[in-house]
Amino acid sequence: MTEPTRPLPNFEESDTAPFWEGTMDRQLRFQRCNDCDTVIFHPRRHCVGCLGHDLIWHDASGQGTVYSYSIVRQSYHPFFRQHLPYVVAWVDLDEGPRLLSNVVGIEDPSSDVHCGMAVRVEWEPHGDYAIPLFRPL
Amino acid sequence: MSVQQRDAAIVGIHEFPSRDVEGELSPLHIKAQSASKALADAGLTWSDVDGIYDAGEGGASGLTIAEYFGLSPTVIDTTNVGGSSYQFHAAHARRAIAAGKARVALLTYGSTAHSNVARIGTGGRGMGGYPADNLESFAGLTLIANYAMCARRHMFEFGTTSEQLAEISVATRFHAMRNPDAVRAMEDLEFLDIRETTVDDVVNSRMIADPLHLLECCMISDGGGAVVIAAPDVARDCRHKPVWILGTGEATKYPEGGADITSSAAVQSGPIGFGEAGVGPDEMDIAMIYDSFSITVLTILEDLGFCLKGEGGHWVEGGRLRFDQPSEGPALNTDGGGLSSNHPGMRGIFLLIEAARQLRGESTAQVEGAKLAVAHGNGGMLGSRHSAGTVVLGGD
Ligand SMILES: [Zn+2]
Repeated sequence: MTEPTRPLPNFEESDTAPFWEGTMDRQLRFQRCNDCDTVIFHPRRHCVGCLGHDLIWHDASGQGTVYSYSIVRQSYHPFFRQHLPYVVAWVDLDEGPRLLSNVVGIEDPSSDVHCGMAVRVEWEPHGDYAIPLFRPL
Repeated sequence: MSVQQRDAAIVGIHEFPSRDVEGELSPLHIKAQSASKALADAGLTWSDVDGIYDAGEGGASGLTIAEYFGLSPTVIDTTNVGGSSYQFHAAHARRAIAAGKARVALLTYGSTAHSNVARIGTGGRGMGGYPADNLESFAGLTLIANYAMCARRHMFEFGTTSEQLAEISVATRFHAMRNPDAVRAMEDLEFLDIRETTVDDVVNSRMIADPLHLLECCMISDGGGAVVIAAPDVARDCRHKPVWILGTGEATKYPEGGADITSSAAVQSGPIGFGEAGVGPDEMDIAMIYDSFSITVLTILEDLGFCLKGEGGHWVEGGRLRFDQPSEGPALNTDGGGLSSNHPGMRGIFLLIEAARQLRGESTAQVEGAKLAVAHGNGGMLGSRHSAGTVVLGGD
């Protein structure tokens, strides 16, 4: 029996592939419209702020804050059930995008995570790619 | 007050009574059985139906439904926006009837979520968009945790407490204990300790995804139902008094641009629905609000304007949502809701059914003289992408 693993994205999916390619260099990428400056996240091929398509990829600093979170105590997923309890969170990057991820590197999730907490990206390698997780600053 | 348009009315309802079909029936069976009983309730028959509305879950297209029911509809609508699909269907049916494109619309729902052991709440991610899903699926967000993040943020911004959220579960269970179908549901699904609950019971129940406790989460049942909506001249000849659709609103919301998850798409759909009906939330006798979780109800009550944003926690205190406290505002989910009666995955149709029962005077937790009700569905996931459908209903 192989160990159950984290469910991985389709790294080749056309809209999000550039994001996942960025993780090879441990860069957290997001798009901004060259015409109207709207931040686009999740990645797409068109701007939702104007009718343009000239979206430019930028590297985020990797710093952000926890917008909200939950401590998952029950899961039937073979991987996640081994890691209970674990923290899922919406993380607002300093540059604007909001990512769903896990907050790791904490001793007691009941007391060590809160809304507004500053976090920084940390990478969990999967082959050449990596999954962005977050750790308190 | 504007003149209310009485273009279409709910004339037939049926709620499939079993919450556990033990794998012996398919969703299509449940839909057909519910449809025939709702038509009988209206005093109509299959051949009267010229519009079909079904969310087409599991790949059953409008064509499949039409053939299975043996109908030749002139209008088919398989809008699927999750659990609020039936609010959207009611809105669309009313418009089709008002436009003269249909006279009798049949809305159907059937699910064997319990028999399938479709772990709606704690399994994978529930529903998700693509490619958005491709950036989220790695995080192990359960559906309950998605809603829990709304509750956590609501607590952070407004000081809302678990005790306040528990009031919603307590009121709903209070109503469920008066509904024999709900009590049997809890028995069939092997609930422990089937009785009226207290705030302490709720906050002392097991934490599933902080800050949501077990008794703040809906059940996973089988079930289904049907609703018949008809034109005024048809409605006049039906067996029961018509329940008029006075106003409808539809909306969606998603995480783009750092959306505030303490409010929902109801902020958009509510004013449209109430505005069209020419009545306000303060006039509602009944509030049928999609109770996937306690926080869903609290958020939507605020968004619909029953109280200000952030004041919902205080507003629901003291049992004011019970059917026997009519002076305090609307009675909430008088059938027992998704928390304590049934939740087969997409329970929006039951919001219409119980609201109609109340306005006919047939509920097991009847509010005396109930005249106005709102049925508000939430589909998808409150903490990320979701849909909202508001239907304002009035008695004859
Ligand atoms: Zn633009």
